[in-house]
Amino acid sequence: MPVPALVLAIVAVAFFALPLVGLIWRAPWSNAWTYLTADTTLTALRLSIVTSLCATALSIVFGVPLAWLLARVDFPGRGAVRALCLLSMVLPPVVGGVALFFALGRRGLVGQYLDQWFDITLPFTTAGVVVAQTFVAMPFLVITVEAALRQLDPRLEDASRTLGASRWYTFRRVTLPAIRPALTAGAVLAWARALGEFGATITFAGNFPGTTQTMPLAVYLSLETNPEEAIVLALLMIAISFTVLVGLRDRWFGAVGRPVQVAA
Amino acid sequence: MRNVRTKFIAAAMVVALLAASCGSDDAPPADDATLTVFAAASLTAAFTELGDAFTAENPDAEVTFNFAGSSDLVAQITEGAPVDVFASADLANMAELTDAGLDGDDPVVFATNLAEIIVEPGNPTGITVVADLADGDLVVVQCAPEVPCGSYAEQIFANAGVEITPASFEENVKAVVTKVVLGEADAGIVYRTDVIAAGADAAGVTIGDDLNVVAEYPIVSIADAPNPVGARVFIEFVLSPAGRQILASYGFGSP
Repeated sequence: MPVPALVLAIVAVAFFALPLVGLIWRAPWSNAWTYLTADTTLTALRLSIVTSLCATALSIVFGVPLAWLLARVDFPGRGAVRALCLLSMVLPPVVGGVALFFALGRRGLVGQYLDQWFDITLPFTTAGVVVAQTFVAMPFLVITVEAALRQLDPRLEDASRTLGASRWYTFRRVTLPAIRPALTAGAVLAWARALGEFGATITFAGNFPGTTQTMPLAVYLSLETNPEEAIVLALLMIAISFTVLVGLRDRWFGAVGRPVQVAA
Repeated sequence: MRNVRTKFIAAAMVVALLAASCGSDDAPPADDATLTVFAAASLTAAFTELGDAFTAENPDAEVTFNFAGSSDLVAQITEGAPVDVFASADLANMAELTDAGLDGDDPVVFATNLAEIIVEPGNPTGITVVADLADGDLVVVQCAPEVPCGSYAEQIFANAGVEITPASFEENVKAVVTKVVLGEADAGIVYRTDVIAAGADAAGVTIGDDLNVVAEYPIVSIADAPNPVGARVFIEFVLSPAGRQILASYGFGSP
């Protein structure tokens, strides 16, 4: 690798490593265990994991059909629809939270009917947290899967259909395995985004321990009263995310988008 | 080889220039005219007008404000934010600052405030006393306990002898106001000045004197401030009759 490029790359690595090193340097290691096992920490952690996994599941269930629609079906205004669906990726999360308010809040466009007819309120509930997280996380999955579907050779699926397979069978046994790396990468990205979501959550769902106080909210609030605890919680989140990302390894990310040879 | 090295040096210079210009945009200019004031969220409207009046009297001065929950501001100052003046919504958060030795002078209480229940216009849920908030059907929000308005709320609930489970702990008093104004929450504990500031978008329910707490707002200059002279002049202005009049017009009481 040419030396100038190597230098820039090393600066980039240092840029990412420095904040982590800073956290580790300031961490109160003698009190760490107390903070990690505190009730508030475990509650926030459990809530974060449960809500982010739900948000990821919803992202997959709704995101894959959406990706299919955007990749395979040609309809007027497709570009605008794609931009609309990916909007929350570039929107500041708090703006997303405010927008969700006006749509699904107690006086919201749809929310008022949910409240009046079905007695369903989303703000200040765990369901509201999942909604907020799904709103910001789904586009990551959609964009990854759509790219993979576009690059997938349609002749593989055509061959399957001409051999008599149903559409569902073709999707299950030909398409899905072929886009599996992209789907996994997209799901992991969506999960990570949902786990770290703060702005939309605190604006739309609120902040209450056990119901809506996820780890990012807990870190933010403990920063005001007990910075040591905030550092420990932050390191915990980093450790979890780091483990998942390392566990996935190159083989999943590297294979995104490449056509896969499907055994005949 | 010579070509690559020249290009690299040129690129490095461009990056350095960019970094320097990005950096200098954020750093305060070296002259004495800029003043940075951190103030509690409930002081937003009043201090903005105070800032305008201050600049009118001192045309060379330029005041920038950072409004947030007092505990949030203390955390920022403790971590080394360059600030000249800090105005807190309670004595407890100011004490955290003085304990850390960051006060340039002794804090002075410049205003008082009263807590009030904020409800939607017309008070549709018919709340008259603090005890009404204990109704399980009501959606009540308050500030997080470390924020002054949150600790005042807890004191009031303790005085009234009621157990209230809020739907959410907000990070500053304006967030509580927003939740009620937008119709998401039925009621919240805020300051009287916030109810006044909300105007026609909200209504207030007074809390009885026997239950209410008087919020005391101290102001202090910060040790090693970038502009200590400006800090002193600003604090004097806040304490002056002109300053008190502006605060009173927003509903603040005198100390």
